[in-house]
Amino acid sequence: MTNPPPEAEALARLIGFGRDLRRRGLPVGTGRIVTFCRSAAALGALDREDLYWAGRGSLISRPEDVAAFDAAFDAWFRRGLRIELELPGAADLAEGSAGDQGDDLEVVEDHIVAREWHDMEEGDEAEGEASIRIVASAIEVLREKSFADLTEEERRRVARLIRRLAVQVPMRKTRRYRPAVSGQRFDVKRTIRRSLRTQGEPFHRAWRARSMRARPLVLILDISGSMAPYSRALVQFAFAAIAAGRRVEVFCFGTRLTRVTRTLRTKDPDSAMHEIGRLVEDWEGGTRIGASLKELLDGWSQRAAIRGSVAVVCSDGLERGEPDLLREQMARLRRLVHKIVWVNPLKGSPHYEPLARGMAAALPSIDEFLPGHNLDSLEELGRALAG
Amino acid sequence: MRACEASLYPRAVSEFPLSSVPELQEALGREHYLADRGLSTAIYLAVSLNKPLLLEGEAGVGKTEVAKVLSSLLGRELIRLQCYEGIDASQALYEWNYSKQLIAVRAIQDVTAEAHVQDLFGPEYLVERPLLAAIRAGSKAVLLVDELDRADDEFEAFLLEILSEFAVTIPEIGRVAADEPPVVIVTSNRTRELHDALKRRCLYHWIDHPALNREIAIIRARAPEVSESLARDVATAVNRLRGFDIAKRPGVAETIDWAHAAAFLGVERLDEETAAATLGTVLKDHDDQELAAARLAEVVADDEPAA
Repeated sequence: MTNPPPEAEALARLIGFGRDLRRRGLPVGTGRIVTFCRSAAALGALDREDLYWAGRGSLISRPEDVAAFDAAFDAWFRRGLRIELELPGAADLAEGSAGDQGDDLEVVEDHIVAREWHDMEEGDEAEGEASIRIVASAIEVLREKSFADLTEEERRRVARLIRRLAVQVPMRKTRRYRPAVSGQRFDVKRTIRRSLRTQGEPFHRAWRARSMRARPLVLILDISGSMAPYSRALVQFAFAAIAAGRRVEVFCFGTRLTRVTRTLRTKDPDSAMHEIGRLVEDWEGGTRIGASLKELLDGWSQRAAIRGSVAVVCSDGLERGEPDLLREQMARLRRLVHKIVWVNPLKGSPHYEPLARGMAAALPSIDEFLPGHNLDSLEELGRALAG
Repeated sequence: MRACEASLYPRAVSEFPLSSVPELQEALGREHYLADRGLSTAIYLAVSLNKPLLLEGEAGVGKTEVAKVLSSLLGRELIRLQCYEGIDASQALYEWNYSKQLIAVRAIQDVTAEAHVQDLFGPEYLVERPLLAAIRAGSKAVLLVDELDRADDEFEAFLLEILSEFAVTIPEIGRVAADEPPVVIVTSNRTRELHDALKRRCLYHWIDHPALNREIAIIRARAPEVSESLARDVATAVNRLRGFDIAKRPGVAETIDWAHAAAFLGVERLDEETAAATLGTVLKDHDDQELAAARLAEVVADDEPAA
């Protein structure tokens, strides 16, 4: 329709928009940008609304992203815009060249410093510890003692006990039926093939059964101030899980999320704890559960074994961020995983009710709500994971 | 294979009988499907670019209907694959007709059996399932993959493979490939998140509940016997119900049912009494019904319609 220069410019604007979305943290890969350009070209002469819908259909695929998309679109394309596109340059854009989506995903990181929370969180929990520190080292007592009340010596003993804890690996049935000696399903195909050897007489009947496969276990641990003693215990628990099963992912969060799976897999427990302490900068800082979950879902849901897993979130639910964000992200997680177990040590207290705004926001998405504050309840957790 | 296709102008553009989005919107309207600009653009692009269209939205907003209307609009056969938990290749793609094979085996017990064994895996023993049917029909079909979120992950991966190739190799017969890919509509109620790989391959559109005026128009199109005033009352009431804290928000199908029911009772306006009597057509959950019954005056109130 028109000369090449303005078209190239138009194309550059379209691609630029895709990149802008990516900068804003939406998962827009090159493949999607190519589809967007092809959509614009297929529509020919576009007004702003055409372009909007072409973009919405090709660049995003989650209703949650619509608001972010709208904001970006308003900022990028001025009102009253009209583009005529016939893009010879774009013809070279092959769909096959779109292999780099995963790599160049830039996660937007928020740099909120939680220094001020750090100090006020420490105090009260540590006070109680001193007063309850009596003899109590018999295992029976140890079993029921809250992790927060343990002395250093007891902590080491409990750590050993936890590591010995029998962790059952959550299993699921696979979709496929496999040949089996006996099973739920009659295998007509194999029966017939065998019957060909016996003159079409089906002497040997064959069966098919579903096989079992271990679900991945994902531990998402809050390591902010008040939660640190419990999360340390759960890191030990993660060791037990790795020893018992095959696929375990461990993430720690306070204000930011850190994946520590690799560290746990390679080191022995004690040096791993040190390593994690170094790796996780905000060990015992504040808590932003919603934002951390978002980081997990945006950045790791495609790369780590999270889909179809049993997810264990360990946190007191005292959210410093927006409860709405937490609610949203919990719902997202719920759709991705098989089961969510929330471990909240506060629940160990008989008077506890989940009234904290963060906890109340998360509650609708939770399948099992457990205390996990002492050895007994960790055993309970181990049982819950088998389901 | 479409993945290698380098052209910005897919061949299918010329075959699409409609040349612009407004034209498509109008044609959909003639089929009594009132789509807004966004949905029309998404459909137009899906057909033009030969890409599957993924439609998500709450139950009853008309996702499945898109495929039905599109097939009649394009004059193509509608092939429907209803997904459910545990669905696998033998239910979606093809299966051998074992009982027929068994009978054949019994029938041909003679010396030339060797030759007949080949025949046992011939086309007449093959049971064609929706995906194979769609591959064979190619550009003559609209393939509807309904409620994909009900199937499990592995099936999604399997479907992804089919959607990118539109060809399948049956060991005993050989390769079956589509001349051109069919139009593909995938729907999901979003009870779980679909894989990114699949989403990347598709165009995406989220269908919302229609705006008030569009819903009135939809009632008028689908239930011609309903008067203008009644249609407005029903649409307004449904809009208010959706705003309540209820478990199952009524879809467009429920709105139409409600209008039908009220019209059948012979009223011109939706009053409290009629609404109470016909509430079961629009709310199908006992708790929701109780909640709405308690606030019925508010639902059918005759003031400014809620936007």
